[in-house]
Amino acid sequence: MTDLQSPEASPPSTPHKRPLVVMTNVSKSFSSGTLALSDMSLTVAGGEFVSLLGPSGCGKSTALRIISGLGDVTTGSIDWPSSRINAKGLPEGDISFVFQEPTLMPWQTVFGNVYLPLRLRGVSKAQASDEIMAALETVGLKDFAKAYPRELSGGMKMRVSIARALVTKPKLLLMDEPFAALDEITRQKLNDDVLRLWRETGITVVFVTHSVFESAYLSNRIVVMKARPGRVHADFPLETSLERAPLYRTSEEYRAACEKVSASLLEAIGPGAAMEMH
Amino acid sequence: MNAASPSLTRQHRETVLRVLIPVGVVLALILIWHLTVTLSGVPQYILPSPGAVAGAMVKDWGTLAPALWVTTQITLAALALALIGGVGIGVFLIQSKWIETAFYPIAVILQVTPIVAIAPLILIYAPTTQVALLVCAFLVAFFPILSNMVQGLKSVDHNLLNLFDLYGASRWQTLIYLKLPASLPYFMTGLRIGGGLSLIAAVVAEFAAGSAGAGSGLAFRLLEAQYRLNIPRLFAALILLSILGVVIFGITSFIAWLSLHRWHESSLKREN
Repeated sequence: MTDLQSPEASPPSTPHKRPLVVMTNVSKSFSSGTLALSDMSLTVAGGEFVSLLGPSGCGKSTALRIISGLGDVTTGSIDWPSSRINAKGLPEGDISFVFQEPTLMPWQTVFGNVYLPLRLRGVSKAQASDEIMAALETVGLKDFAKAYPRELSGGMKMRVSIARALVTKPKLLLMDEPFAALDEITRQKLNDDVLRLWRETGITVVFVTHSVFESAYLSNRIVVMKARPGRVHADFPLETSLERAPLYRTSEEYRAACEKVSASLLEAIGPGAAMEMH
Repeated sequence: MNAASPSLTRQHRETVLRVLIPVGVVLALILIWHLTVTLSGVPQYILPSPGAVAGAMVKDWGTLAPALWVTTQITLAALALALIGGVGIGVFLIQSKWIETAFYPIAVILQVTPIVAIAPLILIYAPTTQVALLVCAFLVAFFPILSNMVQGLKSVDHNLLNLFDLYGASRWQTLIYLKLPASLPYFMTGLRIGGGLSLIAAVVAEFAAGSAGAGSGLAFRLLEAQYRLNIPRLFAALILLSILGVVIFGITSFIAWLSLHRWHESSLKREN
């Protein structure tokens, strides 16, 4: 679906990958007067796994909402060079969002919940059925299509939420602390699932988290943010020679990555506030 | 060995007891009533025995049955109108904050004014007494449905609303696929309250209107029996009203259970 005709596309850093999102000097203040984001610039290229990391109140969720097109900017601009832009000036159909809560409709079955994005596009149930079952298979919930959300565990609900995000085959997957409320084992399992998806489908992921370990495990690029007002503190790649799989967790490289990320986060928090961290 | 069967019979026994116990209590109360009347020698025109009431029910069935039918019709018609009006106006009110600010107070004024106080006016303006009764019952039943609907439509999960925005859902799609289903539990509460209130309002309005003749309902028959000191018939009319109320409650509760039991917390059986 890449539109190669678009004239105003600026040459991206990597020649064969066009940027999906370009945020330029974005500031965002709320009606209460709080400056949530100050002069933030961020370009996300296709195929990246970017983690937005920072203390609470650093505007990472706000940044993610702006990337999704849900929130408008106060000053600066946001553009989606690879997407078809609809009448409202928002990207159409290329972006999916996974919230911190599973955000499922309790009155719909698992199947019905995953069907939602396609239903809103006017795709009939019969036509959508194969894609829905494929998305459910990806997250390992094929046998639960007829179940209602209340019958599922927290981790399973989150998987449904991910299946719903994947069913439209988006280019960009935005995840806002999706596993923060889950137990450690489920969280690690879902981290591996997301990585597998990222590798297999070539999807681009922007992942908001406040966990150093999660971001170091998952992403090949880390954007560390600073609070009051929210802004970018550091932006660096995190390459590894190993495969990001459970064994990576115990490797020396992972330890070094965590240390690097942790040091940058401590810098961002500043010496005064660092005492609050353990 | 077979764990399912003893628990099944236990469940079965519980279901049977659930029916038997309330029925037993009602029968016991009727027996006490009967014994009190026969042993104390209270005259029939003050407190008739259950037997006399049953006799009146059979003897006066020709008068009571059409009245029951009239009251049932008014109640159900008022409830149906209240449902349509409550849901329709609820959807209209949530379209914008200003619409709600402008019109919600009017609904409140209609609600808080005692129905007996408006009934004379409605009687003057309505073409027939039946229409007047219908309007009164509607006004009373309408508000709980409206206020529950507005509450329900506004209580939608914000993240789900964001999700619908993200997928470019139209206003109509958001209403049909999100807001209406999400407000179903609230609607059901409104339905149950409205069902009970429409019967009460139909009776109160008929007291106020005092209609007579072929088209009169149970409330008029009740008053008429009182004037004639036909107390057994009064009791018979009263019992028919109670039965009608119970049936409406049963039906609305069943509808609520039917539509919610698969997903909503209120209809789930807690197991722990």
